[in-house]
Amino acid sequence: MSLRIVVTVKYVPDATGDRHFADDLTVDRDDVDGLLSELDEYAVEQALQIAEGADDAEVTVLTVGPEDAKDALRKALSMGADKAIHVEDDDLHGTDIIGTSLVLAKAIEKAGYDLVISGMASTDGTAGVVPALLAERLGVPQVTLLSEVSVEDGTVKGRRDGDTASEQLEASLPAVVSVTDQSGEARYPSFKGIMAAKKKPVESWDLSDLEIEAEEVGLEGAYTAVDTAAERPARTAGTIVKDEGEGGKQLAEFLASQKFI
Amino acid sequence: MAEVLVYVDHVDGAVRKPTLELLTLARRIGEPVAVALGSGAENTAAALAEHGAVKVLTHDAAEYADYLVVPKVDALQAAYEAVSPAAVLVPSSAEGKEIAARLAVRIGSGIITDAVDLEAGDEGPVATQSVFAASFTTKSRVIKGTPVITVKPNSAAVEAAPAAGAVEALSVSFSEKATGTKVTARTPRESTGRPELTEAAIVVSGGRGVNGAENFAIIEALADSLGAAVGASRAAVDAGWYPHTNQVGQTGKSVSPQLYIASGISGAIQHRAGMQTSKTIVAINKDAEAPIFDLVDYGVVGDLFEVVPQLTEEVKARKG
Repeated sequence: MSLRIVVTVKYVPDATGDRHFADDLTVDRDDVDGLLSELDEYAVEQALQIAEGADDAEVTVLTVGPEDAKDALRKALSMGADKAIHVEDDDLHGTDIIGTSLVLAKAIEKAGYDLVISGMASTDGTAGVVPALLAERLGVPQVTLLSEVSVEDGTVKGRRDGDTASEQLEASLPAVVSVTDQSGEARYPSFKGIMAAKKKPVESWDLSDLEIEAEEVGLEGAYTAVDTAAERPARTAGTIVKDEGEGGKQLAEFLASQKFI
Repeated sequence: MAEVLVYVDHVDGAVRKPTLELLTLARRIGEPVAVALGSGAENTAAALAEHGAVKVLTHDAAEYADYLVVPKVDALQAAYEAVSPAAVLVPSSAEGKEIAARLAVRIGSGIITDAVDLEAGDEGPVATQSVFAASFTTKSRVIKGTPVITVKPNSAAVEAAPAAGAVEALSVSFSEKATGTKVTARTPRESTGRPELTEAAIVVSGGRGVNGAENFAIIEALADSLGAAVGASRAAVDAGWYPHTNQVGQTGKSVSPQLYIASGISGAIQHRAGMQTSKTIVAINKDAEAPIFDLVDYGVVGDLFEVVPQLTEEVKARKG
């Protein structure tokens, strides 16, 4: 029996670049290079490991985003995913978390799945709620924020390290899983993988393929509105001293002046 | 006055500080009605009343401990239907955000996560968020449904504001999906006796420059002299020198203390994303060119193995 794994990935502005907002207060994607969100690489890695341990499995990577988002899919394909789905539509511009989860859920249902794997959060929005939203929308168990994950006989098991406790979790498939950066180092694409990725299929779907109306997504359909976005004022230059043997004492003096001691 | 639901984060009845901060913010919008679930829920009432809860809705069932997240969503939804609040506020823990998100979809509402401030506006609550590694500050509103907003720790000062805090039993019927994800074992994290990282007023962090697990004792000693929590950069965590639960940064915890002391941390963007909203930032680093020095209120260019122990001794001496 084939195990169908869908990995949701996001194409994000490079965090080391100068990220900005556009005039309509959406993220300015033209200003900074994009790439596959680093945290999604862990999801791709776990999907590949689960697939490698299964008799018969297929890993599909899925993204919602502009034309350039194909780069994120290519990266995942070069790591070893079998095929990719790109949901792209001009009407998606400005879609918020609720809308994104709707589009992803519809695409996952259309693709067919036994297991959905996501990263713990995107490196741009960082909310970390899309996996839970997908579980809610798909009506399947969420097994999220795992630092360890395994699948056997139609059951997914994992470890979730929380603030106050570490929990062992278990759910029947189909399910939605998210993994943290502790789940295991993500592999680098090999040259062979990069060459093979060029031949792998990338399907393109738009909103009509998913039976979603334009009004349900985009800036128009958003459930939240950003009223202002202001660049944080540059911090006033602090005092910097070179330690000449009294650095600790000088620092203590500063902390005392600020009433921390 | 409109009622505002506040989801209570507690451990066996002991209310955690971010929930008390949330009550302060909730009072700017309306009358806080607290929702406390699970073992010890009723014991939260005194602390919640002391901080402004007009009502405390409680419910306990084995499901909250035995299954992940969904039973709590069912209960919060029951509270939402019973109260018809003007907003729902939830602490921005990993679990809190998941509960809030699922509730938002169920009630057809928008969600804002990780707010760092909250005010009443003409068209509903206005949430401030700190984005792109704290390089931008945005103000947002939920424009569809009842605003569901999660708020980060240290976003408001805890203020006492005694209110009735009348305890009422919440009636909850769990959905079929509530038992989908079973918690088969739970190992409580051993307490270090130090404050919780995300809640602490002072955080002392160590990075690559600490150069070994055993050397973290120097960082811990400074933290203990200040009553601070201990943090670590990703480099230190990846090297296995300190637990991942203490990691500050994009893939770890985001902290916003009154004072942040970075020792042997260069200040890569991923780390800055997790600490840049700290009120006062101090760094100790050998490398005068380290990007962390761009952020500091006070920086010492020097060897942390000299500076940190000297600072610790000085703090102890001054505290007597």
